[in-house]
Amino acid sequence: MTLAPSPVADVPVDDTDPFSHEVLEDPLPFHTALREAGPVVYLSRYDVHAVGRYEQVRAALVDWQRFQSAAGVGLSNFRTEEPWRPPSLLLEADPPRHDAPRRVLTSVLGQRALRTLRERWTADAEQLVDQVLAAGTEFDAVPALAEAFPLRVFPDAVGIGRDGREHLLPYGDHAFNAFGPPNDLVQKGEHRVAQLSGWVGEQCAREALTGDGFGAAIWAAADRGEITPQQAPLVVRSLLTAGVDTTVHAISAILYGFATHPDQWARLVADPSLARVAFDEAIRWESPVQTFFRTTTTDVRIGSTVVPEGRKVLMFLAAANRDPRRWTEPDRYDLGRDPSGHVGFGMGLHQCVGQHVARLEAEAVLTALARRVRTIELAGPTRRHHNNTLRAWETLPVRLTVG
Amino acid sequence: MLGVEQVGARWRSGTDRAQVQVHDKVRVADGVVTLTLAAPDGGRLPDWTPGAHVDLTLDNGLTRQYSLCGDRWDAYSYRVGVLLEPAGRGGSSYVHEQLAPGHVVGLGGPRNHFPLVPAGSYLFVAGGIGITPILPMIAQADLLGAEWRLLYGGRTRGSMAFLDELSAHGDRVQVRPQDEHGLLDLAGFLGHPRPDTPVYACGPGPLLTAMERACAGWPARALRTERFVAAEQGAPVRAGAFDVELRRSGRTVTVAPDTSVLEALSAVGVEVLSSCRQGTCGTCETTVLAGVPDHRDSLLDDDERAAGDCMYPCVSRSCSDRLVLDL
Ligand code: HEM
Ligand code: FES
Repeated sequence: MTLAPSPVADVPVDDTDPFSHEVLEDPLPFHTALREAGPVVYLSRYDVHAVGRYEQVRAALVDWQRFQSAAGVGLSNFRTEEPWRPPSLLLEADPPRHDAPRRVLTSVLGQRALRTLRERWTADAEQLVDQVLAAGTEFDAVPALAEAFPLRVFPDAVGIGRDGREHLLPYGDHAFNAFGPPNDLVQKGEHRVAQLSGWVGEQCAREALTGDGFGAAIWAAADRGEITPQQAPLVVRSLLTAGVDTTVHAISAILYGFATHPDQWARLVADPSLARVAFDEAIRWESPVQTFFRTTTTDVRIGSTVVPEGRKVLMFLAAANRDPRRWTEPDRYDLGRDPSGHVGFGMGLHQCVGQHVARLEAEAVLTALARRVRTIELAGPTRRHHNNTLRAWETLPVRLTVG
Repeated sequence: MLGVEQVGARWRSGTDRAQVQVHDKVRVADGVVTLTLAAPDGGRLPDWTPGAHVDLTLDNGLTRQYSLCGDRWDAYSYRVGVLLEPAGRGGSSYVHEQLAPGHVVGLGGPRNHFPLVPAGSYLFVAGGIGITPILPMIAQADLLGAEWRLLYGGRTRGSMAFLDELSAHGDRVQVRPQDEHGLLDLAGFLGHPRPDTPVYACGPGPLLTAMERACAGWPARALRTERFVAAEQGAPVRAGAFDVELRRSGRTVTVAPDTSVLEALSAVGVEVLSSCRQGTCGTCETTVLAGVPDHRDSLLDDDERAAGDCMYPCVSRSCSDRLVLDL
């Protein structure tokens, strides 16, 4: 047997499988090794380069000219492989095709557009928290809060029908698995993917959407010619793919953060205006979206390594968000820190267009909890949910005291 | 080949993007110069899309809007074209006569009120310096494989900028100086109304009025225009320091000319959540209770700017001595 020549000289090589169950269960040691190995590392298992330090991750994120998305933001290279579904018009597009859909979503999901939702979501969160607490103060926070709240408000905000909403989480879970290699996590979703995709596709049609949601606003933009009528359903699909699992896992990340850092919960209770910081600090600390790929459009030098044109580069947002070169005591969940500049929502042209929606949801839940709950602690063994892209909880048993 | 770390260092340097430095100034036609602008620290400039303009705040205190007419694949420089307007209020003559390579000017935006909508074919009409936003649009139409034609008018051939660049497009571009051809034959150029063809026009008021008439038979929204007026912001921009009063915490912070509001707040321990620090992501949105913000972001449109009730302190500053924020 001969070893394949390394594609580039002078680059640290790591043969770890970052998508193995072992790493997905606890990615932190691998992230540390990646950062320490150098500004860029060659992952021999998948024949890709990887960046884990804040500086390089951020630089690759903003540099859409040389790190493109249209060849896919997963391992699969759309230049040579068929995507599993028609590519996203936002996430998997480059300028100039990215421009119009992005402009439309930026306005549909902008902070100003969300002002009308704030009051409603705050009331919804209070109702949910009251219901949950009425049923008991010891429960699994994943279904009871982290899943319940986004599923209560987000599908209504998009404007999809009531039937079939149970497909949303499995669809998102599969879509985020599909950015990784075709491993068992992808295989387990494959038997349902046609059914799930079919359902999601139906929800994106104009007739399927209520008249007052994000979906209708996207169709209205198509009526104004800002996007084409062919693009509108795919733009709606972006919301249904990217807007549910992400916020669910983000809310469990915050609850886990507080359950394991009781002093920080006391801080939030004393000053509920910290809710915004608490959320972004949780995004930094847990990074619900762990990774995305790019493809080089030219030879790019990273450190002293030249990554040739046309190669996949795996960006570890999660590793960057705990890079000690950028953050002091990165492993602490700390409301006293300014988490600004974390890359948990990405950065630059593709930075999460739904981030204000996610913040508003989280703020509503946290504010409602902080009003009633004095302490949060873990009440039993937690279990991770493995996904090739997302860092998630399957179970998060918590015990609360109400004051 | 650029190393990735050249763009990576900017998170350290904070918020110097509200300024650009003149790298080059070239006379490209009678009364027209182009400026090449770059970040003073050599870093990436904020992204933009065809049709976008920037606000430049000149040393003489005037703010002028210029369409970006360079290549967005070059993240390190902007190009704008500036027509000398002897009847104007001093912005263009300042650029033509005083501004020189090395000078630093204030930057606002980029913002885009004139975006290129997706279509299979386009018609472009430009009058004079109104050619500037059209240049990146036709580059984009080419990239998308769309069909397009451009009608470009001006007083004289010598006054019309970018003719050499445009000549590469062959007969898709009709150059029609008035002294050779008379008034533009808009009806002839437009032909019969076509439902799927947006018509983009940029130029002086009379041209746009004529375009509105010529497009009367076209579908609503087919015609998309940008009036080329050198809009001046209401209040003059301050070069000096100003105070920011934080209503909720009862504190007042002085913002020096070389720091952003965000940095000044952070220095006294008031953290406002931020992300892009370029005025593009919206994370740092802050409610303004009193005072007149000097908006430098890429997010608010003109009406929202005029309302003055919110600002993005990562880049935006103050026109008044004092700003009162809901912090
Ligand atoms: C806390 C929850 C969320 C996290 C951690 C998150 C994370 C991300 C990240 C990291 C990206 C950048 C992808 C890249 O650079 O390739 C992104 C993009 C995106 N996100 Fe989110 N997201 C969240 C919530 C949402 C929500 C609620 C929505 C919809 C309302 C949404 C819609 C999108 C879309 C459409 C894009 C693609 C934007 C583009 O490529 O221009 N996300 N998100
Ligand atoms: S931090 Fe992005 S707009 Fe201010």
